[in-house]
Amino acid sequence: MDTSLFIIQLLNGIQLGLLLFLVASGLTLVFGILDFVNLAHGALYMVGAFICASLTYATGSFILAVIIALPLTAAVGFVIERLVARPLYARNHLDQVLATFGLILVLDTAAHLIWGPQGMAVPLPEFLQGQISLSGGLVLPTFRLVIIFTGLAAAGGLFWLVNYTRLGMLIRAGASNRTMVSALGINIQLLFSLVFALGAALAGLAGMLIAPITEASIGMGNSIIITAFVVIIVGGIGSMKGAFLAALMIGLIDTLGRSYLDEIFSLVMSPVAAENSAPAISAMLIYIIMAAVLAFRPQGLFPPKVR
Amino acid sequence: MTMLRGRGWITAIIMILLAVLPPIFVATGNAFWLDLATRLVILAIAAVSLNLILGYGGLVSFGHAALLGIGAYAVGIPAHHWLYGGGPEWLQTTSGWLQFPLAILAAALFALVTGAICLRTRGVYFIMITMAFAQMMYYLIVSIEEYGGDDGLVIDQRSELPFVDFSDPLQQYFFCFVSLVIVLLLVRMIVNSRFGMVLQGAKGNEERMRTLGYNVYAYRLTAYVISGAMCGFAGALLGNFTTFISPEMMDWQRSGELMFMVILGGASTTVGPVLGAVVFIVLEHLLSSLPEPLGVYWHLPFGLLLIIVVLFVRGGLTTLLTRRGDR
Repeated sequence: MDTSLFIIQLLNGIQLGLLLFLVASGLTLVFGILDFVNLAHGALYMVGAFICASLTYATGSFILAVIIALPLTAAVGFVIERLVARPLYARNHLDQVLATFGLILVLDTAAHLIWGPQGMAVPLPEFLQGQISLSGGLVLPTFRLVIIFTGLAAAGGLFWLVNYTRLGMLIRAGASNRTMVSALGINIQLLFSLVFALGAALAGLAGMLIAPITEASIGMGNSIIITAFVVIIVGGIGSMKGAFLAALMIGLIDTLGRSYLDEIFSLVMSPVAAENSAPAISAMLIYIIMAAVLAFRPQGLFPPKVR
Repeated sequence: MTMLRGRGWITAIIMILLAVLPPIFVATGNAFWLDLATRLVILAIAAVSLNLILGYGGLVSFGHAALLGIGAYAVGIPAHHWLYGGGPEWLQTTSGWLQFPLAILAAALFALVTGAICLRTRGVYFIMITMAFAQMMYYLIVSIEEYGGDDGLVIDQRSELPFVDFSDPLQQYFFCFVSLVIVLLLVRMIVNSRFGMVLQGAKGNEERMRTLGYNVYAYRLTAYVISGAMCGFAGALLGNFTTFISPEMMDWQRSGELMFMVILGGASTTVGPVLGAVVFIVLEHLLSSLPEPLGVYWHLPFGLLLIIVVLFVRGGLTTLLTRRGDR
């Protein structure tokens, strides 16, 4: 096996995992605390990417664009929480799924109206465009490493926020007992809005990080949201640690499965059979894992301690 | 005519319109509207089948489009082998006597296997696991290059049955319409039977039904399989109608649209899903054919409508029109 190729695939898997974590962390916060299924969370990933693309052209700097786009995406999340999500908290999951499905249509079309039908490429500043040579003749695009470090930094920041700040304490308290928190005089509605906005900013950040590679496009959130649901269900709904570990796991399994499953299969079956079945199985792999988790360990692999 | 009160009227009006309008479309040369009506009736069958488990069983399946796709590929795959060879010999046929039973059986089998696993879960987990299985089906079809993979499959020759010519649009329409009537009667029969009572009882209070000695799991699984079989049949009709099938038919957004039809019309009413499908398809057409540039953005009012219906029209249009809900 080619070692440097394997390391590159490994890093690709970690990159995908971290992006998934950024989307899934907001999803699991909203789901865990508000018991709210938000299919439109992926649309915020798209909104973040588009806002960042526009700002990159307007300011001429990708970094500056990301810094301005983050609070803007959070604001979009804040408004959506007030207008659409809040009336749905008391409803059943079916209503939430349908209404947020409608919200996807609205946000996708709004993006179409504002940014046009074509995707938007996001130019990177020159110092991020190059490649970095590592020992052993390994060459990696700089920006991929930036994604990985940003993802890790965001994850670290989130852990600090949730575990060591007053806001994080309220979030955890809200997750285990909503009524008690509001009885203690906390403005629970505002807390919910903030959690929602935080989730929007995180999903938006993921969209901004991927946009220079894939460009911002309409409907880009609709495939990642389903994978993000896989992540939070495998990890255990409401668990931040679970979302992190499951995101990395799913990212690695998906990336490595697509590259190496045929080789693994050919150990136990004929090369032709392996070549035929591997693409199908590797595409289905994460869903197979999710179904297995739901069937045998419905609470997820790393469920939150207090529920 | 005590039956013709409330919902009875809606049912009568819709079914009469669906029976009378299409021949008029043909006579006046509006072939396009006939196409629309055919698609509508086929999706209505799928929505009615979903309603059996969603409306009456309380089982929110987010993967029903996969069954529709399975049914369509049960027409497309034999037709493909018939034309290009390959595959087992019994599969190389365009006979509806093989394709339709195959569609029903394959969909029922898929529902049996996945349902057996899905029904062990509850609530939002059920929504997500049904979606996961549909995604598996989607990616399975995408990865099979022989059947077109991502690009889909053209059905060169429609199903052949002695009593209907699928290449004649009006005959095809009435075959679908009669199928819808039969499916509606079947669902009504099931719902009003002892079986249907247990199913609805389990939706209201699962614990109580279990205490009464019913094996709720077995009842639900049976309903799930029946629903799947019906939807597979609708899929076979859809394949014959579009003559082009692709994995896109099984996308989770298609499942969402089927759920919307059920909720829009009114879940757990016999006619609700049909009304929902009518409004959905007609509205989709009207909005998307608005003059430029409005027509391009038809998803915007459509999405808003979806949100408004969920937020404000509880019980769906059927309840709104008859002004009496079940609760």
